[in-house]
Amino acid sequence: MIRLPYYPGCAVQTTARNYSISGVAIAEKLGIELVELPKWNCCGVFPFLANDDIMRHLAPIRNLIHVQEMNEKGIVQNENRVVTFCSMCYHTLKEANLFLKDPEKKEKTDIFFEREKEFVGGVKEGYKGGVEALDFLEVLKDIVGYDKIAEEVKKPLKGLKVAPYYGCLVLRPREIGIDDPENPTILENILEALGAEVIDNPNRIQCCGSYHTVDRRDIVAELTYDNLIYPVRSGAEVIVTCCPLCTFNLDFRQKDAGKLHRDLQEIPVMYYTQLMAIALGLDKQFYGVDLGLHYVDPKPLLEAKNLY
Amino acid sequence: MSQEKKEETKKVQIYIMGREYQVPAGLTIMKAMEYAGYRFVRSCGCRGGFCGACATVYRVKGDYKLRMALACQETVEDGMYISQIPFTPAEKPIYDLEKLGPSANVFLQYYPEIAKCVSCNTCTKACPQDLEVMDYVQAALRGDFEEVASLSFDCISCGLCAVRCPTELVPYNIALLARRLYGKYVMPKAKHVEERIKEIESGKFNEELQKLMEASVDDLKEVYETREIEPE
Ligand code: FES
Repeated sequence: MIRLPYYPGCAVQTTARNYSISGVAIAEKLGIELVELPKWNCCGVFPFLANDDIMRHLAPIRNLIHVQEMNEKGIVQNENRVVTFCSMCYHTLKEANLFLKDPEKKEKTDIFFEREKEFVGGVKEGYKGGVEALDFLEVLKDIVGYDKIAEEVKKPLKGLKVAPYYGCLVLRPREIGIDDPENPTILENILEALGAEVIDNPNRIQCCGSYHTVDRRDIVAELTYDNLIYPVRSGAEVIVTCCPLCTFNLDFRQKDAGKLHRDLQEIPVMYYTQLMAIALGLDKQFYGVDLGLHYVDPKPLLEAKNLY
Repeated sequence: MSQEKKEETKKVQIYIMGREYQVPAGLTIMKAMEYAGYRFVRSCGCRGGFCGACATVYRVKGDYKLRMALACQETVEDGMYISQIPFTPAEKPIYDLEKLGPSANVFLQYYPEIAKCVSCNTCTKACPQDLEVMDYVQAALRGDFEEVASLSFDCISCGLCAVRCPTELVPYNIALLARRLYGKYVMPKAKHVEERIKEIESGKFNEELQKLMEASVDDLKEVYETREIEPE
């Protein structure tokens, strides 16, 4: 068992619990124990673009400090990697390190944490640097390996037509991307290892509309249509995602998209970890399909394919 | 008081809402204000650090830092500029605990602004009870009300966190909701309390209570003086 610090983030603890329930379980199945940070806060949600306002860059740095503390407390040994499922969390943790590459920013944040110690018992040390965020997809690719995944498959996803969708946050900017930002293959490779039939999705690296989903649903509905219509026409039966926000937009905004475009038929959206839980033969509770978190229920499809 | 004795008590210079006073060192802010002639009709309750009525902000001459304290707990220092916050305007949505249920989204539903928290920890620095305020706000954000309840257990709702938060949250009311949910849905019911309530309802203590209500002031004093006190 490899023990890795694990930063859940808020989304996978609430609206995307189907992601973490399936993810943590398959990790264990594949020999990775995800050890939750004893203390953590919101990742900051999005790297703040005004980069002279240090206060708005603190959230992800605090989480990196908590990884540091896990080592100091001996919860993990010499382990500077931290795993996330959520693309947004991955993105902000990575961006935090980029932000601190600027010596001036680093010095300012150091001073902030140094001063904080005078008033708060919580944070003991500033960030020493060197904590590396890993998206769980990278864990699968580099630590577990596709061959090992294929070996562990108990229930191949034979005949299941899946279209992967990456979104932006794990791919761009290039410096922090987990794969080729123009032509990523991690999801495809995993899905093939599971025995699924991968359907090409030319829009798989497009933006999902992100937080416009709150106040500009119309924009997001259009994007959802664009992002779904090609794979649907190509015969995809399920869309596979790796980001809670993309998933929300692709799944829940289908309602609005369907009203704008009558030709869009509903298609279930699932996290790759959910399909892995099925293929690796885990208990049904780890599929995460019974938690009321899907807009388009994937169960009828899974039942039709003898996967549920 | 003899001349000698007077000189012994060291005085410090403080400024109450901008006005200068000489007060004996070692007094709490609250006592120093009373010494200076203020009579509290607000901003004072228990005088013991429990009620949260006496929220106070101050600066010390020569230091940029704005500090927070409970007036009944903090001792005056030379050069303090003191002002009290008698009331915190705060959003307090109405909810029905019976209908809420222990769901993870309950905080976002009633306090959607918690998503604005940037983890700056200003609230934690402001807390005179030394609570990890930001950490419980964060736990609320992810719906972990048990964690919120345990981290905020010693909150006395003085309001200073809400006054300081740069994203305008009201942490102490969020924590109150968490503790209510925790009390209702998680904490095991105290058997002896339930039994005692039944006893009260069945009228077991009515007679004794009646006796007390009819007792004279002197008798009451006597009863009070000789009452049984639970061991510490
Ligand atoms: S008067 Fe009650 S806490 Fe100070």
